[in-house]
Amino acid sequence: MSEVLLQVEGLKKSFGGVVATDDVALDVRLDEIHAIIGPNGAGKTTLITQLFGEQLPDAGHVFFKGNDITRLALHKRASIGLARSFQITSVFMDFSVLDNVALAVQAHEGHSFKFWKAATTEFLLRENAMKALAQVGLDGRASNMASELSHGERRQLEIAMALATNPVFLLLDEPMAGMGAEESALMVKLLKGLKKDRAILLVEHDMNAVFELADRISVLVYGKLIATGTPDEIRNNSEVREAYLGEA
Amino acid sequence: MSTLFLIQFLNGLQLGVLLFLLAAGLTLVFGIMDFVNLAHGSLYMIGAFICASLTFWTGSFVWGVLLAIPIVAVIGFFFEKLIVRHLYESNHLDHVLATFGIILIADTLVQLSWGPQGIAIPLPDYLSGQVEILPDIIFPTFRLVIISSGLLIAAGLYWLITYTRLGMLIRAGASNRTMVSALGVDISTLFAGVFALGAVLAGIAGMLIAPITEATIGMGNDIIITAFVVIIVGGIGSMKGAFIAAILIGIIDTLGRSFLKDILEVFMESASAATAGPALSSMLIYIIMAIVLALRPQGLFPPKVR
Amino acid sequence: MSVQEVPKNLKPHLQAPSLFGFGQGKLVTILIMALLFMLPMIAWWMGNKFYLDFSVRIICLAIAAVSLNLILGFGGLVSFGHAAFIGIGAYAVGIPAYHGYESAWLHFPLAVGLAGLFALVTGAISLRTKGVYFIMITMAFAQMAYYFFLSLEEYGGDDGMTLWSRSDFGLINISDGLTFFLLCYSVLAICIYLTFRIVNSRFGMVLRGCNSNEPRMKALGYNTYLYRLTAYVISGAMCGLAGALIANLQDFITADTMTWTRSGELMFMVILGGAGSIFGPVFGAVAFLLIEEVLSAFTIYWALPFGILLILSVLFIKGGVNGLILRGWKS
Repeated sequence: MSEVLLQVEGLKKSFGGVVATDDVALDVRLDEIHAIIGPNGAGKTTLITQLFGEQLPDAGHVFFKGNDITRLALHKRASIGLARSFQITSVFMDFSVLDNVALAVQAHEGHSFKFWKAATTEFLLRENAMKALAQVGLDGRASNMASELSHGERRQLEIAMALATNPVFLLLDEPMAGMGAEESALMVKLLKGLKKDRAILLVEHDMNAVFELADRISVLVYGKLIATGTPDEIRNNSEVREAYLGEA
Repeated sequence: MSTLFLIQFLNGLQLGVLLFLLAAGLTLVFGIMDFVNLAHGSLYMIGAFICASLTFWTGSFVWGVLLAIPIVAVIGFFFEKLIVRHLYESNHLDHVLATFGIILIADTLVQLSWGPQGIAIPLPDYLSGQVEILPDIIFPTFRLVIISSGLLIAAGLYWLITYTRLGMLIRAGASNRTMVSALGVDISTLFAGVFALGAVLAGIAGMLIAPITEATIGMGNDIIITAFVVIIVGGIGSMKGAFIAAILIGIIDTLGRSFLKDILEVFMESASAATAGPALSSMLIYIIMAIVLALRPQGLFPPKVR
Repeated sequence: MSVQEVPKNLKPHLQAPSLFGFGQGKLVTILIMALLFMLPMIAWWMGNKFYLDFSVRIICLAIAAVSLNLILGFGGLVSFGHAAFIGIGAYAVGIPAYHGYESAWLHFPLAVGLAGLFALVTGAISLRTKGVYFIMITMAFAQMAYYFFLSLEEYGGDDGMTLWSRSDFGLINISDGLTFFLLCYSVLAICIYLTFRIVNSRFGMVLRGCNSNEPRMKALGYNTYLYRLTAYVISGAMCGLAGALIANLQDFITADTMTWTRSGELMFMVILGGAGSIFGPVFGAVAFLLIEEVLSAFTIYWALPFGILLILSVLFIKGGVNGLILRGWKS
């Protein structure tokens, strides 16, 4: 088994009387894709916002490389190697594809109170952005406006923006959302190539994609993790079938 | 001192109800159509000028007001149909630019029609006198009329919005446009109607103030900013907020202008107080706005999220 | 649109607003800037003070429009109170001069500093809000500054105050019309170049990013509030400089230069010229003042066609005069 990068212990969060995250423990390891699945309202979004410090848990801890990052400020997370993509596509429509990624690169290189030197002439900014684009296969579209991209390409761009800082841990929040079969297949191919030398936590509704991609799967129901295991284990877990797959 | 205070308090109340009449229309139009109307002050001015002409024509201020109201309503209605409606889809920047253009046009048209001079509106005898409201305290009758008609209109608006079908549509329209369309209501007529209502309220404010200050070109351009301060403090889109903030701002502004200098004289020598007093009192309502915003960026009574 | 279309090269590069524009637009830009330089020179040579002053007025308002364009065109912040900075800059010349301090080395830093300070304080509050709130609040703060200066009886109140002699630079004497023109023209050129550098820098990328998609910028980890506030302060300070020049041009300072209708005119210039292009506001200022001058020669009711023009340009023209010229050439 490879090194554990992200470890979650006893995470709890409730809103009023509703328990959204109920004593969740899980880990994500290097070179693996760990998928979280669960029916709507299972608390997936609440869970990942706590992993990324957008909400603070009521109890429990999140460790990254052994350090407690539960309460680490949002903007400091990128610098230690965490990155995420978002469920809803949100890119800079009137910026070029390259500029979109450059903004992401720039966000993680300290402050941007640099008023004089033209960003266009910064070789490294451009190189790093191009590298991220090449990883998702969008380098050929670098000069296009983001508004000219297809939906699938914009999802790719989102991932490139997350990759721009060369993160060790990557959270992908429903990367296939709104994609057709053809686009999904492309995305699966792309994600497969990303897990080397990093850990990926994937939240996704597209079961075909999940079972094809994930090394391990955790099932979240009503805020509780009811099972974690390989795709085959999950497929054959009776509790999961009852609580989740049985519904479908 | 206490006599003067009471009188200035009433003056503040009078300014407050005028501000409410202006702010009500602004906040109504913004709340429902998401439209920023800088030219709202032009309707205030137009109301005053039309009322002036009709007062001379009929020989009676009361008739002047009663006849001017439907005319202003029609102007508001066509203003919406001809120009405003084409801007709903645009952004707020376009709204302010286009309505800024309308101000230029309105000011010039008024100058073309009535000349560059201000017009004083004569009041009938029974309105131009003074009454003794408390022993030894006299107050101009007409200012009392302004206060009471303003409060009456506010009560009427409250009734309209809370209890009538139109009010229900307005409340529903503010929170959910599609729902109103689904009710089978012609939304474009509703919008034009609401706009005309706002225009009438602004026009009435202009008609009520004109006998005191004269109807002058550009008279709406200063007070409109104060009305903006009112709706910012009250919470844009909230009628209740507009009312409370209008009365508050009206009274604070008036009292500040009359007493701030005296209050400052307690703390500093009179020469500095004479300079600082007017400077500070002229900024008072903006400082209040800043404080409210610093504490509650959405205003005192933000409307429910749509 | 904050980024102009760049001819596609083989090698992808970061896109950025260009200084002079592209193709034919570049020619027009250079032509207008050359005319703005030549015509006042000719007016001066012919001893025509009116046209010299008129040109300098265009240049001064162009500086104000350029400063507004930084936040409006590139930053997407609809500030409706920019005239306040002109007024503050003007009084920063007038009030020290009234007390006998005539050095330009005091006046101009004071104008820039005070306008920047006012921008810092009002911006810190107004940038906490968005959209319509921001428009109205910038308007209200400008009106506050207007009433403040109006209430200062010592400095003329609503009668305004006369500036008996222009700011004293020591080495150069700006009482001379030509020298003053050259000063203003240089300031304009510097401000344009400064804006160009800023919008192309990392800071400018962030500012334009906030305009394009602010929530995404926040998600990327940018403190958008601080970046916007910084831009607002730079813009206000630059506009204060324009105010100091305008005070010297008119030899007379009045609070009327800061009414909100003046702010509206500045915004109109920026939109007319094409918000978000480097030279757009200059075209806008030239066009605005020329139209105003020509119309007012024909009729005292010049504001009427002007208002109609404004509405039509909002309804039908996108990208301003600059965009119109560019499109005219393309088609």
